[in-house]
Amino acid sequence: MKLKNILLAGAMSLVAVSAAQACEITARVSVVGNEFPAIQTVGAGAQECSGAEVTTNLTADHQKINVPGMQGNPAEYTSAIIANSSIVALMNEDVIRPLDDLVAQHGGALKSNQLITINGKVMAVAFMANAQHLVYRADVLEQIGVEPPKTYEDMLVAAKMIRDKGIMENPVGGAYAAGWNLAQEFNNMFLGYGGSHFKAGSPEPSVNSEAGVKALEMMKALSAYMNPDFLTHDSNATNAEFRAGNVAIMNMWGSRAATLVTADGVPQEVVDGFAIAGPMTVGGGDTPASTLWWDGWTVAKNVSDAEAESTFIAMMNGIRPELMANDDIRRQAVWLIDGYKPTSAATGVFAAAQMGTIPYPMLPYMGLMHSALGNELSDFMQGKESAEQALQDVEAAYIAAAKEKGFL
Amino acid sequence: MKHRTFFWFFLPTGLAMLLFIALPIVSVLVQSVFTPHGAVIETVKNCTPFGCNEETTINQEATRALRESQPLGRFVGLGIYFDRGHLAINEVRALWANSQGLGQFFKGLGNLPFYRAMGFTLTFTFLATPALIALGMVIALAVNSISQRLKGVVIFFSLLPFTVTPLIGSLILFWMIDSRGILGTALQWLADDPGLSLKASTPLTWIMLIVYQVWHAAPFAFVVFYAGLQTLPQDQLESAKIDGASRLQQVRYVVVPHLTPLVTFVALIMLMDNFRVFEPIVGFNAAAHATSLSWIIFNDLGGETRQLSAAAATSVMTIIGVAVLLSPVLVRTWRDFRSKK
Repeated sequence: MKLKNILLAGAMSLVAVSAAQACEITARVSVVGNEFPAIQTVGAGAQECSGAEVTTNLTADHQKINVPGMQGNPAEYTSAIIANSSIVALMNEDVIRPLDDLVAQHGGALKSNQLITINGKVMAVAFMANAQHLVYRADVLEQIGVEPPKTYEDMLVAAKMIRDKGIMENPVGGAYAAGWNLAQEFNNMFLGYGGSHFKAGSPEPSVNSEAGVKALEMMKALSAYMNPDFLTHDSNATNAEFRAGNVAIMNMWGSRAATLVTADGVPQEVVDGFAIAGPMTVGGGDTPASTLWWDGWTVAKNVSDAEAESTFIAMMNGIRPELMANDDIRRQAVWLIDGYKPTSAATGVFAAAQMGTIPYPMLPYMGLMHSALGNELSDFMQGKESAEQALQDVEAAYIAAAKEKGFL
Repeated sequence: MKHRTFFWFFLPTGLAMLLFIALPIVSVLVQSVFTPHGAVIETVKNCTPFGCNEETTINQEATRALRESQPLGRFVGLGIYFDRGHLAINEVRALWANSQGLGQFFKGLGNLPFYRAMGFTLTFTFLATPALIALGMVIALAVNSISQRLKGVVIFFSLLPFTVTPLIGSLILFWMIDSRGILGTALQWLADDPGLSLKASTPLTWIMLIVYQVWHAAPFAFVVFYAGLQTLPQDQLESAKIDGASRLQQVRYVVVPHLTPLVTFVALIMLMDNFRVFEPIVGFNAAAHATSLSWIIFNDLGGETRQLSAAAATSVMTIIGVAVLLSPVLVRTWRDFRSKK
């Protein structure tokens, strides 16, 4: 055993050395991004480069610091790892540079669908896809004799059965923390009911609609089967509930679900019963009540060309196809990288893509809408006001913010 | 002190105050009356891993030209102060015209972010401040009367809550009061209600935040009062004893009057601090139930699209709020100062 470990360590360091040889950079690289496992892998890959310092700042608060950290000249961060929602803020502030030249020079291993092009210019390189989808306990559903839910209505039925049989008190999990998470769950449900956040082609809001009211009512119905503290539960807290065996069905991010039960101390029946399926639909619609996401990296505008080139090379090293040979890394996400073979953990996100899930809107004013939703919906979830009133508040808050930012 | 000496003595402090206090306030003021230029929007073709789409984006060239010609943005005067995110003048007026009775008016007011935040902040400030002063006084009197050998240890432990970083302190308590945490479960047992959750109820969340603040800041009041107790005029106390004053009467007529200036001082600092309540709201994840002006600023800056002007306007309103809150105490201090002259 010991010998095996030593051999393994030796092999690992050899790999590290060969990787380091492959990746030579000449100037500073500084990366800011979210903290889930796949991004940690990309960050670590970038740090294998030698020749200059590569620092990473991977935190859940990345979107609070990436714009300020890239506005200076020279920018503090030479690269921001972002998703389709957060690239908008960087585009709005004009802090990232087109990558066409760098892709032509160093982008050999990239597939064309990895290139995020805006108005004909490559602005980001995507490395993974993500979506929220069903995560459930197969053993619990078997016990009550139902199939994994395909719709939110089925989910409610299953939740009632689990509670009535006394298996779990609050079997539904959901990242419903007031703020960003709650707004995102509304977005899912709203799109599932066929809603559209804005009047076609304009920044005028249109969430106060029949679809909006139905979405809120479904969320309220689900919350009756959640831990009463649901308004304080973000993805991490929801996962903790699942790991502890308190939750049997939940809508969870693909990027977090894959490694959900690999943490220490998860009871064996949770590990064994853990299963993944595609996103659910709602209200008889065909479009899943979920959104499609890509995660990718950008290069700052306000840095020297040498730093930009080094950043590009280092980030390319973070997403090199050889990484796909490692089973643990392969499992962390639905990679868009060449040579990726899907694992069982990817079924949820693949199903989401095949079912025609709508990508999260990449609109300059979507961030303001998301903030307004996050602030104004919690009153409804607590039963303090009607759905119509809550949606009216959302529109009013959004309009005030959009006027300030010059969109209306 | 000679005016000349005073000038040179004060110069470094004055410069620092100008640089680090006055200038930032001026910059925030300026920021709050300007907003970004109208965005020049265009429709372009975007391609992502999920296919190509026509989508709206900002035309950077045109926007840059606008920005360069007027780098501060559009001047809107007090527009931001009056919008729905702040004083909500139009909404309040409509509410006043349309609501039947004061109850409905105040309910509607609580639906507007600024007034909702003020509702919590003022309740918090005016309950937590007196409570922590009283608790600090009791601890100080108790510590002052125990044996010399124990004092060091007791003072050390009494100070602990104040030395714990607020965010960490609130996080620890947040986990303890979880419905599965030790305090949360204990409360459920005490109330005989297995569904009881501190985090799901607005009044309980408010109480929890106030109790937390009292726990956290009482040691500050204690230290100040304890220092004050070391300067108690012993002759007055002795004469009070000779006159037959009970322990309570001694405290009421000798100790408390002696400490009054310190009470004013602690009240001043704590009013200011409590009005800017922020860390516990974040630490306790309590934004669904309680918000404050500081939290609104944080939230405006933390979204995917930052609202700098809105945050600046709220900052200015916080400064005004603190000034209003402190004015009675300041006026009183000034009067005391004048009468002593």
